[in-house]
Amino acid sequence: MITLTIDGREVSVPAGSTILDAAKKLNLKIPTLCYLELEKLHYKNQVASCRVCVVEVEGRRNLAPACATPVTPGMKVITNSKRVLSARRKNLELIISNHPFTCLTCLKSTECELQTMAWEYDVQVKYPNGERMRHKKDHSSAALFRDPDKCIMCRRCETMCNEVQTVGALTAFGRGFDTIVAPAEKNEIVDSPCVYCGQCVTVCPTGALIGHSYVNQVWNALFDETKKVVVQVAPAVRVALGEEFGYPAGEIVTGKMVAGLRRLGFDAVFDTTFGADLTIIEEGTEIIGRVTKNENLPILTSCCPGWINFIRYYYPSLEYMPSTTKSPQQMTGAIIKSYYAEKMGWDPKDIVVVSIMPCIAKKYEASLPNQESYGIRDVDYSLTTRELAKILKEGSVDLRYIEEEDFDSPLGVSTGAGVIFGSTGGVLEAALRSVYELVTKETLENVDFVALRGLDGAHEAVVDLGVRKIRVAAVSGLGNARKILDKVVSGEEVFDVIEIMACPGGCINGGGQPYAKDRDAVLQKRMESLYKLDREDKLRKSHENPEVIALYKDFLGEPGGHKAHDLLHVENFEASVMKEWEQF
Amino acid sequence: MTTRIESFEQLKQKYEEYKSLVEVRADLDYDGDQKFILVCGGTGCVSSKSLQIVENFNNLIKEHGVQDKVRASISGCFGFCEKGPIVKVFPENVFYVQVTPDDAKEIFEKHIMNDEVVDRLLYVEPVTQKSMHDSLEMPFYRRQMRVALRHCGLIDPEIIEEYIGVGGYQSMAKVITQMTPEEAIEIMKQSGLGGRGGAGFSTGRKWEFGRMYQSDRKFVICNADEGDPGAFMDRSIMEGDAHTVIEGMAIAAYCIGADQGYVYIRAEYPLAVKRLQIAIDEARELGLLGKNILGTDFSFDVDVRLGAGAFVCGEETALIQSIQGNRGEPTTKPPFPAEKGLWQQPTVVNNVETLANVPVIFDKGPEWFANIGTEKSKGTKVFALAGKVNNVGLVEVPMGTTLRQLIFEIGGGVRGGGKFKAAQSGGPSGGCIPEQFLDTPIDFQSLGQIGSMMGSGGMIVMSDSDCMVNIARFYLEFIVEESCGRCVPCRVGTKRMLEILTDITKGKGTPEMLVELQSLAETIKDTALCGLGQTAPNPVLSTLRYFMDEYKAHVEEKRCPAGVCTDLLHYEIIPDKCIGCTACARTCPVNCISGAPKQVHVIDQEKCIKCGNCLVKCRFGAVVRK
Amino acid sequence: MTEQKNPCCTGSNPGYAELGAYIDALKIDPKDPERKEMLIMTLHKAQSIFGYLPAEVQKFVAKKFSIPHADVSGVISFYNYFTTTPKGKTNISICMGTACYVNGSEKILQDFEKALGIKSGQVTADGRFSIESLRCVGACGLAPVVLINEHVYGKVKQGQAEKIIEEYLIEYGEQVEVQ
Ligand SMILES: Cc1cc2nc3c(=O)[nH]c(=O)nc-3n(C[C@H](O)[C@H](O)[C@H](O)COP(=O)(O)O)c2cc1C
Ligand code: SF4
Ligand code: SF4
Ligand code: SF4
Ligand code: SF4
Ligand code: SF4
Ligand code: SF4
Ligand code: SF4
Ligand code: SF4
Ligand code: FES
Ligand code: FES
Ligand code: FES
Repeated sequence: MITLTIDGREVSVPAGSTILDAAKKLNLKIPTLCYLELEKLHYKNQVASCRVCVVEVEGRRNLAPACATPVTPGMKVITNSKRVLSARRKNLELIISNHPFTCLTCLKSTECELQTMAWEYDVQVKYPNGERMRHKKDHSSAALFRDPDKCIMCRRCETMCNEVQTVGALTAFGRGFDTIVAPAEKNEIVDSPCVYCGQCVTVCPTGALIGHSYVNQVWNALFDETKKVVVQVAPAVRVALGEEFGYPAGEIVTGKMVAGLRRLGFDAVFDTTFGADLTIIEEGTEIIGRVTKNENLPILTSCCPGWINFIRYYYPSLEYMPSTTKSPQQMTGAIIKSYYAEKMGWDPKDIVVVSIMPCIAKKYEASLPNQESYGIRDVDYSLTTRELAKILKEGSVDLRYIEEEDFDSPLGVSTGAGVIFGSTGGVLEAALRSVYELVTKETLENVDFVALRGLDGAHEAVVDLGVRKIRVAAVSGLGNARKILDKVVSGEEVFDVIEIMACPGGCINGGGQPYAKDRDAVLQKRMESLYKLDREDKLRKSHENPEVIALYKDFLGEPGGHKAHDLLHVENFEASVMKEWEQF
Repeated sequence: MTTRIESFEQLKQKYEEYKSLVEVRADLDYDGDQKFILVCGGTGCVSSKSLQIVENFNNLIKEHGVQDKVRASISGCFGFCEKGPIVKVFPENVFYVQVTPDDAKEIFEKHIMNDEVVDRLLYVEPVTQKSMHDSLEMPFYRRQMRVALRHCGLIDPEIIEEYIGVGGYQSMAKVITQMTPEEAIEIMKQSGLGGRGGAGFSTGRKWEFGRMYQSDRKFVICNADEGDPGAFMDRSIMEGDAHTVIEGMAIAAYCIGADQGYVYIRAEYPLAVKRLQIAIDEARELGLLGKNILGTDFSFDVDVRLGAGAFVCGEETALIQSIQGNRGEPTTKPPFPAEKGLWQQPTVVNNVETLANVPVIFDKGPEWFANIGTEKSKGTKVFALAGKVNNVGLVEVPMGTTLRQLIFEIGGGVRGGGKFKAAQSGGPSGGCIPEQFLDTPIDFQSLGQIGSMMGSGGMIVMSDSDCMVNIARFYLEFIVEESCGRCVPCRVGTKRMLEILTDITKGKGTPEMLVELQSLAETIKDTALCGLGQTAPNPVLSTLRYFMDEYKAHVEEKRCPAGVCTDLLHYEIIPDKCIGCTACARTCPVNCISGAPKQVHVIDQEKCIKCGNCLVKCRFGAVVRK
Repeated sequence: MTEQKNPCCTGSNPGYAELGAYIDALKIDPKDPERKEMLIMTLHKAQSIFGYLPAEVQKFVAKKFSIPHADVSGVISFYNYFTTTPKGKTNISICMGTACYVNGSEKILQDFEKALGIKSGQVTADGRFSIESLRCVGACGLAPVVLINEHVYGKVKQGQAEKIIEEYLIEYGEQVEVQ
């Protein structure tokens, strides 16, 4: 332990701590913009570039960045002298002097760290005529919107994309005043290896990286008399949306959310969890097929488009490995526009399917050319949890003052198995519950595969299916995915089934979720709530979902059968790329 | 094929063997009948065909069949590049300047064959108009004390035998065979050598830190990035005496326990890169680099890494990033490279000139070295005198030499008869030193006190025809271009400073801007991440401090006293003096001078682009700049 | 290990073979965290082969080093020495280092700009000439200094631009053509 004094108060912290760590222990709030600690992920963004966290250290010539200065025994730190405060303010003035004043129309407004800090520090407008960055806005992708002029070069996204996710889509480009964080050669994001996981969005302190907004399109659809607008909501949304309305993290707001959506005028409110159950049936069938035949193993889950992009880009020769099933979002969309349309006597062409997702990549996925059935788009617009909060507020709905309601039928009935899709390990756990019973023909007494749960990046287990034991793993975060794939390729490790989620922790931590300041704690709460929902659900196995059973009986026929294939599988991955990606 | 030198003993034998190679040049009391023609092979002289000169000499030697009496070769830079190409004839020490390839014949026939000095090629002292026979008498060299540059202009840098012949590698041999690393570090500390890369930090202590941190991998890096525009001492050392640097690195490596070294050298110095590579190859071949040097357990090798045109890569942490294949963005210190440097391993980064001093210290002893210089700054320093000074070139003087001695004695005073206004030391990180400090003995401390810094040793002389506001703007422009862009105060702050200075030089300055400049400068100094940003405001702060009147003239009177800032100038024709010769009208690029022949001419102020052509052209003094 | 899809189309240009051989000799282990050590040296090599570093060359290098293209691009964009657009056959660099600046290099630059009808940073339409400014080649004793390709011209005076270009072309012009 190292003892030092900050503003006259003594504090002891472990060796290797920074001044910022020590100050936190004393509950002193030193402002930070570029610093980011991803505790559970064991990564730090410590580029010390913004210089707003500077403090005075006795005996040091200049001010020290608290976020990157290690403590030393007997160090004397002052955090609020005139010298410190005026330097901080000046640096903020400088950042703002190179920043557009477009908060009113900025998607990040009110959640922007820069905006908040400018307000907290009473920053003045200085150098109004000074040159500002001018870069092209990047509308190229359907998912991720880049507005480089709002970039403050904190480099958090680089840490996220390049180190945590190992995608390597972003770099600092150029030098000096012209430096900008961008894809290679300042290309548009569609020309980069970006997989749209949206993790950069979760850490960007400003509006420089953000999901594309489809709020206006959705309103237009809702106001269009000729359209039937059907909405589906992903599992991870219900445990995060509450945060936007002042509920504590992890609050379960399913019923209120359903009621709110109905108030906005959606013609039907369905649960993507239904699609998750369907996924399990189809994917489960595939697992059983491949495991019993012992071919093309391991089978990899395919419900996360971020991850699918990743394997397609970095491991093209492994393309046969992922299951061919569509993601729950797309399945639900496809069933709405076929089965449900038929049932209601609606023309599929008149149906607009809106999905509410925790995710940025789903926006991209929904726009893919191959994500349609019989020539009709499965999902028309994909909104994030954050966007849902916005349209609810705009539509005069305050979740806090609304009675709970139930999802519509038939695509509103779901199981606990489908709900836990929202967390890392959930898809695999759900699949195992069904696969076990379908293969062994025995009832699974303990459905909780606790070994697969938790926020850590990788979990594994061995499950005895009677015919043989299978080795399974659940991995989240693309950096972890890369590690395990490398092992699979080299033969160092052998698995039968691997679930992979692009976002560390799974969809609870998706790029479309409410921004979490206290990252790990919030994620933990969201995760716990999903498992609580599962625990409290009467139905906990996908193949026991009565509506799913009915769907197969009345409409789809056999799992993995012809019709199921048309609607619920993507045979041709090749067609799924919007743009032919070349390596690097 | 040369054979490896396996022990200190063998090295000494080689020394005895090769001594004669350099005797004519190195021995001041030489009285044999040999002659040696040394032609400068530095970048400056090579650019004016000095290689052709050596070739001509060699042909003449062959033609006359005097190979056993006369030899000619190239050498490193003599420091007097402005008067290059330089040819020096030994043992007489005759110094010929501005020699052309054709002059070789005359020098050879007169001087070499007939001992008749070619007067017309001698250096003529500008003040006394005396031509100098012996280079040691030249005021340019008289006050100099060549320690770091001791072999530049003496040996052929591409022949290791010559280096061994002047005692080369013996310091390394002594250290690795007879001393413990701790003893060697102690000697370095006693010598008082401070880093010549700018800050003057004790080299001995830096090595001590490097030794202190435990690791099985450690590195020594020679910083040959020399980004300070206008400074070229490191280039000269690399071109003229690369072995000294390698020897210095080897000693450093032994002291800290490293086995791999890198020389990070700027790509703009192709000749230096080439010579360095030759030197490394030669040293490897003789076993002076590589495994088990001189039969000891000590192994050390050196590789070259090229820079790619980024000033900031001279900063040690940026340099390390660059060697690691990254963008050259500095990282925060602490941790210092001595603790976590290249690949997070203990690394000592030393400047070229620092390392060039190391072998001498072990040769002549730390006391000898510590006796040179001032109380706190020991040894000599090489300066690159440039700008408005008569003798432009590299000069090495003991620390504590005054600016006046440097500029007026060695440098021969302000060029073109102008009046001295300021000297800028330390490059873009340094400050402008006004006249009142001409008699301050210069060393690391005193320069810091007067708001400048030693830096790498660039010394730009400025006269009354230089505008200090514009100079400050020039340096800021450099900084803005070279900022790595990582941290806010430097990336945005220096840009804002530049904008303000540009406004001032354009006549758009306000008194508030001067206040803002000061406040920006303070924040940048106080909060920038690396040395580049931390020192970037120095040229502005020092000019604000010493030349406020010039700023005020720009801001309050919209006037540039030095007549440099074009937007604040205008040209007028004095009717009484104009005889209507039309010369000005004909030279004006925008045709804005009107007037019939023999009539008074008039300048249209609206159209004039202030090129100044008319002023130059008018032979009657009728055009004036105001 | 990361695999590569669509290996760069290197067939047509023999430069890739040379560059490829250079990189292969480095024996880069795709798992080695220190594998970028020779990246900058490699980029120097690549620029010496191709004259500039277009995206295809960048991708080729990235692939060989098993690093993202963004990484290579970010590095290239940082260093002035690297260019992603071709320079003129005869590239004229005017030193704007301090020593040269105080000796009037700004005017010299204008001279060359006028003589060739292009601005600093541009290439003539026929691709024969380009002008750029640089900071100090270490020949400050000869300030102001102009560099034509690798050749140093010192103590340049105003009004000499055309003459120097001519001199250069007469002396080294042929070498330029064969390059
Ligand atoms: C912006 C900047 C540029 C620098 N450039 C150089 C340089 O070109 N050469 C050099 O030797 N040191 C340079 N330095 C200093 C180095 O960081 C480092 O202190 C030095 O190489 C250490 O060597 P020394 O102890 O022998 O002086 C620079 C520092 C800064 C902040
Ligand atoms: S990024 Fe933040 S500060 Fe910038 S415009 Fe958007 S809300 Fe305002
Ligand atoms: S915060 Fe200020 S600028 Fe923004 S909308 Fe309100 S009044 Fe206007
Ligand atoms: S969305 Fe994911 S892959 Fe794309 S830039 Fe952001 S972090 Fe990288
Ligand atoms: S895009 Fe956002 S996260 Fe990335 S550097 Fe810019 S401000 Fe930071
Ligand atoms: S993990 Fe979930 S939120 Fe993240 S990219 Fe995949 S599907 Fe989207
Ligand atoms: S001070 Fe300038 S050069 Fe140094 S890190 Fe900051 S931006 Fe880069
Ligand atoms: S300064 Fe130049 S533009 Fe102005 S009048 Fe004289 S020649 Fe013409
Ligand atoms: S050159 Fe001088 S004298 Fe001749 S017309 Fe011009 S101003 Fe008059
Ligand atoms: S938070 Fe410390 S420098 Fe940005
Ligand atoms: S290059 Fe010849 S004297 Fe400097
Ligand atoms: S400043 Fe021009 S060569 Fe050094």
